[in-house]
Formats: sequence, C-alpha cells, structure tokens
Amino acid sequence: MIHLASYFVVGILFALGLGLGGMTDPHRVQGFLDIFGDWDPSLAFVMIGAVCFHVVTYRFIRKRATPMISAHWHIPERKDLNAKLIGGSLIFGAGWGLAGYCPGPALTSLASLDTNVYIFVGCMILGMLSFGFVETVIRKSKSYN
Amino acid sequence: MNPWLLSLLGGALIGLSVSLMLLWNGRVTGISGILNGALHFKKTDWLWRVLFVAGLIVGGFILSALWPETIMNQSTRTPIYLAVAGWLVGFGTVMGSGCTSGHGVCGLSRLSIRSIVATLSFMIMGIVIVAAMRKLGVF
Repeated sequence: MIHLASYFVVGILFALGLGLGGMTDPHRVQGFLDIFGDWDPSLAFVMIGAVCFHVVTYRFIRKRATPMISAHWHIPERKDLNAKLIGGSLIFGAGWGLAGYCPGPALTSLASLDTNVYIFVGCMILGMLSFGFVETVIRKSKSYN
Repeated sequence: MNPWLLSLLGGALIGLSVSLMLLWNGRVTGISGILNGALHFKKTDWLWRVLFVAGLIVGGFILSALWPETIMNQSTRTPIYLAVAGWLVGFGTVMGSGCTSGHGVCGLSRLSIRSIVATLSFMIMGIVIVAAMRKLGVF
C-alpha cells in the first residue's frame, strides 16, 4: 500500500515542478527551442535545477544496498548506442518542436481541460501503441527469415 | 517571482521528485516509459504506473487551483497539427526508450552515455524543427 502511495506522491510533486518551472506552457517550450529566433533561455534553468539536484542525490542514494520501499534497484545499465535510440529521439524531438509538449507536461496539462491537450495526449498514446505494433511485426519477420 | 528563478525552483522540485522515486522505489522517473507500460495491463508492474500518471494529472489540477496561469496557456494549433505532433512524440519516445525526464533529467544525472546522446538528439531536432517553422513562416 505504501509503495503505491509513494508513486502517487512523486507524480504530484513532479507535476508541480513542471508547472512552476514553466514546462506546461508550450509557447515557452517552443521559445526555448527557438535559439535562432526570439530565444527564451529561461527553461534551461528547469533542467539545470533538476540535474544539479539529482546528480548529487543520485550518488548518495546509490550507496544504499536497496531502495527504502522496493527490494531491488531498477536502473538501466545499457551503454550501447544504436540507430533505434538516436532515430527514436530525433522523431520525438520533431514532435516536441512542432507542438511544445513532451510527455510529462502533456499529461499534467490534461488538467487544463483544453481539448487540444486531449488530442495531443490521445495521439501520443496511439504513437506509443504504434511503435509496439511495428516492433512486434519486425520481430516476427526476423524470426521467420 | 523572476521567471528564471521560478524555473530553477521548479527544476529543483523535479530533481526532488526523481530523487524520491529513486530512494523509495529504486526507479528512474521516465514518463514515456511509465505511461507506455501503463498501456499494457499486467497483474504486477502495472498499478504503480497508473497511480504515478494519476499523480501527474492530480498535480495539474492542484496547479490550476493554486496558480492557474501555469496551466492555462495551452497550444492554439489546429487539431490535425497537434495529432501529428502527439503521434511523433509517442512513437519516438518509445522507440528511443525515453523522453525529457528519463533521458534528460535522470539519465544525464547519472552520466549515462545513451541518455546524453538521446538528449542531444531530441534537443537538436527540436531546435531544427522550430527554426524550419520560422523559415516557413508557420511558427
């Protein structure tokens, strides 16, 4: 029970950070990406704040044998670079630039009850399911060859 | 408050949330990965994802009650335009195993080479797309 509550609490805190930091305003996000036009660098401080905080806490937390609630660590250990990682990130960056929404702020912005946000999130979910479908098809065709 | 200072404060709050996620549950706070997992029902490894996403949305309602200006300035683009952008974000984040939170905040903080490359890739592409939109006069 407590572990389920902990995820809910982290979600709320994360959303408050996004909103206060300015990430739930897609115009500001696009202004941040507009470095060759009318650049608004203020959102860089969201990432600077988050990374500076976590780069310190990460070191301390990982000294523990296990997390406080869960019995194991679930940290990605992969180090390989491939076309899937880079290609996927480029596709994501294109959508991010077009609309000014990345997944977290889009979900939090559902609370604005703005239809446009619901369209974005609905299609983002379709996009996620589409990739799962494409990957399944590729896996199957490879095993047949 | 000064917008730069507020952004720094918001960023620190995001840093605190991802630190609590790590300290309590040993997990990376990657929104796209958590949401994608929530789309596929499983007996275990599912409910926590739904609760986290619910927390993100409830957090949005708290924002709209306390600081409505943080959440009311949404996109005014056409539905087709947002549909295409949303699809690309969903497809790309699952294909690239992460988004701004998983790669950009958590991955950079632990100096993961994959996350550094992914973050550079989506930042550069975002900048190129916005520059192209300016050039075409559709920004």
